Amino acid sequence: MFQNFGEMLLLFVAVGRALPRVWRERRKVAEQLFDIGNASLFMACTLSLFIGGVLALQTGPVLVERGLGSALGGLVALGLCKELAPVMMAVLIAGRIGSAMAAELGSMRVYQEIDALRTLNINPVHYLVLPRVVAISLALPCLVVFANLVGWMGGAIVSLLNDRIAVSWSGYFGNIRETVDFSDVANGLVKSFVFAVVIGVVSCHQGLTTLGGPRGVGRSVTKAVVNSLVLILLLDYVLTRMLLPFDKGWRF
Amino acid sequence: MASPVPPPTSPTATGIPVAVRGLRKSFGDQAVLKGVDLDIRAGEVFVLMGPSGSGKSVFLRHLIGLEAPDSGEILLGGELATSEGLGERYRLAMVFQSGGLLNSLTVAENVGLYLSEHQLKPTAEIARIVAEKLAAVRLEPSVAAKYPTELSGGMRKRVAIARALVTDPQLVLFDEPTSELDPLVALAIGREIVGLNHRTGATIVVVTHDRDLAFGIADRIAFLDGGEIAAIGTPAEMRASRHPLLQLFLAADFKPE
Repeated sequence: MFQNFGEMLLLFVAVGRALPRVWRERRKVAEQLFDIGNASLFMACTLSLFIGGVLALQTGPVLVERGLGSALGGLVALGLCKELAPVMMAVLIAGRIGSAMAAELGSMRVYQEIDALRTLNINPVHYLVLPRVVAISLALPCLVVFANLVGWMGGAIVSLLNDRIAVSWSGYFGNIRETVDFSDVANGLVKSFVFAVVIGVVSCHQGLTTLGGPRGVGRSVTKAVVNSLVLILLLDYVLTRMLLPFDKGWRF
Repeated sequence: MASPVPPPTSPTATGIPVAVRGLRKSFGDQAVLKGVDLDIRAGEVFVLMGPSGSGKSVFLRHLIGLEAPDSGEILLGGELATSEGLGERYRLAMVFQSGGLLNSLTVAENVGLYLSEHQLKPTAEIARIVAEKLAAVRLEPSVAAKYPTELSGGMRKRVAIARALVTDPQLVLFDEPTSELDPLVALAIGREIVGLNHRTGATIVVVTHDRDLAFGIADRIAFLDGGEIAAIGTPAEMRASRHPLLQLFLAADFKPE
């Protein structure tokens, strides 16, 4: 496990050093961005709608009983933009896109396509990994923005229609305007960017180190998703703690 | 049995010589190459034969830098194969057993990949070169827009050869070029290999257990047994060799009991 972690770190450094080549690889980045968005946007919005709705459903009645129904909008919005949207979207992308990356690169490794690139003096990190990591790093924060908006909408619908909550549209969104500011949204976007880099590097690493034929590809896909999820959840705590000083009104 | 290295076949040979000294490689406890010494002259068609599992493909991967030896040296054109930037000073190419084509790219994109990725030529010039190389391996222009998964095994091998040709290579390695091909297609591939050598003077190293191919195209043949060179010589010398496993290997024919 530690050898794997070291190798992933080396791949991360190699990708960092290759960043000046991004403009040259822009066509591949654009293709990857389209594939990621095409595969994920609808599901991301659907999930977010229900996550926002569930959050309102669970917290709304409790707040209303205590006369705090007017705070529901802000609570749902903060919960989504600072925590649930970045984490849930990262989980979705790890399962859907990370697995596809690991499978694609793993198949290329098994069928000697990676070796063929090396014999053509083409660096696999520049050709395969860099476009994928850059694309996913751009795509996940964009998906989180959509998730936030759709999730807030889901919370508003449930708040309005549920008899035990019955918070008006204007009350809900008015509270969001009072409670949420740019630093809260940026908090979630920073997390999502870090999660995206982790998913890209971990998945590409697993693909590039695939051994053992088609069965090996299956193992790589599983390890890519599991390792990505574990790192996302670990980093979530670390990042939350690191970003606390940037919250308005935060005190040690 | 060592054979004296004959002079180059062509005064305009552009191939590079290959020298291997004491090459050893193990994977875990399994010793695959146990001290291989070889000299391959510039412009020659050199065939490495041997039974399955004798280390032929592993040896080939060392020549192009896909594997690093545990000990020993490989010299390409007099320079160590692990030298920094060797790929920029010498033009090397390899045709893999499965072709090694990128399935996400069309035939034309595969063949032109070296030129497009290194931005060596404008797009129109790359298209012209790709068409020329596909014609050189006798593939129809209509193949250019297809994907590798739409091609037969023989066609994929030809596309892989065309991709190798684009680099105007000085050393070309073939790993089991006729595996999974019918005899007629195998014959055509063998002729392509010889044609490549005659046209360009490139040094060709072929790994195969196809006896007909080996004796049909080789200037010299080496027999690898258990990770060591057991015999080496011209095709005639190899047929006359008294090495017991080589004799069995050459004489093996399926006869129903």
